[in-house]
Amino acid sequence: MTESPMVRAETVCKNFGSNQVLKGITLEVARGEVMCLVGPSGSGKSTFLRCINHLERVDAGRLFVDDQLVGYEQRGGKLYELKPKVAARQRRDIGMVFQRFNLFPHMTALENVVEAPIQVRGLGKAAAVAKGKELLDRVGLSGHMDHYPAHLSGGQQQRVAIARALAMEPKLMLFDEPTSALDPELVGEVLDVMKELASTGMTMIVVTHEMGFAREVADSLVFMDGGVVVESGDPREVLANPQHQRTQSFLSKVL
Amino acid sequence: MPADMQNPPAQRETAAPVGSAPIKAIKLRHPWRIVIAVILVAALALFVWDAANRPAYDWPEYAKYIFDRRIAAAAWVTIQLTVYSMIIAILLGLLLAVMRLSPNPVVKSVAWLYLWIFRGTPVYVQLVFWGLISVIYNTIDIGVPGLQPLASWETSELLNTFTLAVIGLALNEAAYMAEIVRAGILSVDKGQEEAATALGMSWPQTMRRIIVPQSMRIIIPPTGNEVISMLKTTSLVVAVPFSLDLYTRSRDISAVNFNVVAMLLVASSWYLLFTSILMVGQYFLEKRFSRGIGAMRLDKNAPIDESAGTGANTGAVTTTPQTSSDEGGRI
Repeated sequence: MTESPMVRAETVCKNFGSNQVLKGITLEVARGEVMCLVGPSGSGKSTFLRCINHLERVDAGRLFVDDQLVGYEQRGGKLYELKPKVAARQRRDIGMVFQRFNLFPHMTALENVVEAPIQVRGLGKAAAVAKGKELLDRVGLSGHMDHYPAHLSGGQQQRVAIARALAMEPKLMLFDEPTSALDPELVGEVLDVMKELASTGMTMIVVTHEMGFAREVADSLVFMDGGVVVESGDPREVLANPQHQRTQSFLSKVL
Repeated sequence: MPADMQNPPAQRETAAPVGSAPIKAIKLRHPWRIVIAVILVAALALFVWDAANRPAYDWPEYAKYIFDRRIAAAAWVTIQLTVYSMIIAILLGLLLAVMRLSPNPVVKSVAWLYLWIFRGTPVYVQLVFWGLISVIYNTIDIGVPGLQPLASWETSELLNTFTLAVIGLALNEAAYMAEIVRAGILSVDKGQEEAATALGMSWPQTMRRIIVPQSMRIIIPPTGNEVISMLKTTSLVVAVPFSLDLYTRSRDISAVNFNVVAMLLVASSWYLLFTSILMVGQYFLEKRFSRGIGAMRLDKNAPIDESAGTGANTGAVTTTPQTSSDEGGRI
């Protein structure tokens, strides 16, 4: 594979005040790769994910998505912050799924899915609705199109959220602990949708505690702690035979 | 373990016939409730009977003026004052609320300064100031400062007392509306803005499509209260001085017929009528908007399959084969 990676991070740092959350993250995600980010809470994995679509600004280092610098523009050796419009244009190619779903509660499942294609992409209403129905069908919710989020279970809401992100036809999907807020019996239905998505060749970065998913679906696994990458590699290998002591102690608690 | 588990249910079964029989107990009595109720009703009845017969209230005069043409016209003016002031106040309040949430510190401070002044001084005093505006600013000019104005108007000709009353009421109310709108916007979960941003929506789009519609649930009930409050505050416009509103008009009539109390009763009756109507409206608005946003619009989009909805809510997806087939996430 000589293709350029979908995501390239070079010593990415992020501070919240005096608290350095990311202390130089360097990694690459190839096109079509499914990467799982694991680690204890506070390790910076969610923050790193949020940097990728510029919900958080990177303080040091460089972050590229599809060879484009995220959040900044380099002109004549100087970095310029992107105008909101340009930053929004970057974001619309990156889908994001949140831990708390963040569906729009005043809109039905279908309205949630068609909102951004119509408002942002300028897609016609009929085309957007057709596409939205197709996506909701794909995530197994064809019978719930007219339901409001309050009338859907957590698992159903998260599947609507995935369909909503896919409606923008992203080239990269970010999942921020997509199953952490779900009842244990609802986790499976969301993971099934993510598995199906992975099988279509979507590039995915998944922050998760679901080691079974990582082992079965992911192409690579990155273990983060204290704002640095401690260990990474093939998920089956890392999970079965962690090299670093920190990884060992973490995995012994979650497995 | 299974053997232990079987014992307690067996015991419960023998106790069941006693436990499930309806309890027949002698009700606790509350003698003081009755005593207090009787005293209150008696006091109220006494007051009403006394008021009906007290000559100072002058009910025949009340009956004569309650539907007086001048009073009815004044009531209409009061409604106009209320409606115009509230419309301006809501729009200006929205602007101020957005300004207060602006990342620009100067814009934010200007909004804060406005609130500080208009909430920090009595509305009566503000209305007196507006009445004096033509004394303070004789003319209103458009042009470059220091040069001959391009256009100039006499303030007293441009702004009549009705307009000044509306301006005075609206600008005062806008400060309160700004806080209500701000609270509404802040009540919307941060995740909503984040989700919209992540989808590539711009800030104005996010506000218009996502944040403001959700904040209405918080904004509308107190705004109804403000309308009721505004209706009563219009009685202060005599400070401008504007004299065609309900209260001032009835005072003016009583200055001629010397029947102050009856005219106050007339004015109060009209105010009560209007506030009662508004309170009924308020009740329905609050009922509508206090429901969950999802439930709020449920009745509009009728065809919702009840069984699927409840099944999903209780998480009973794995128990019924009928729903589980649709839950599985099609692959």
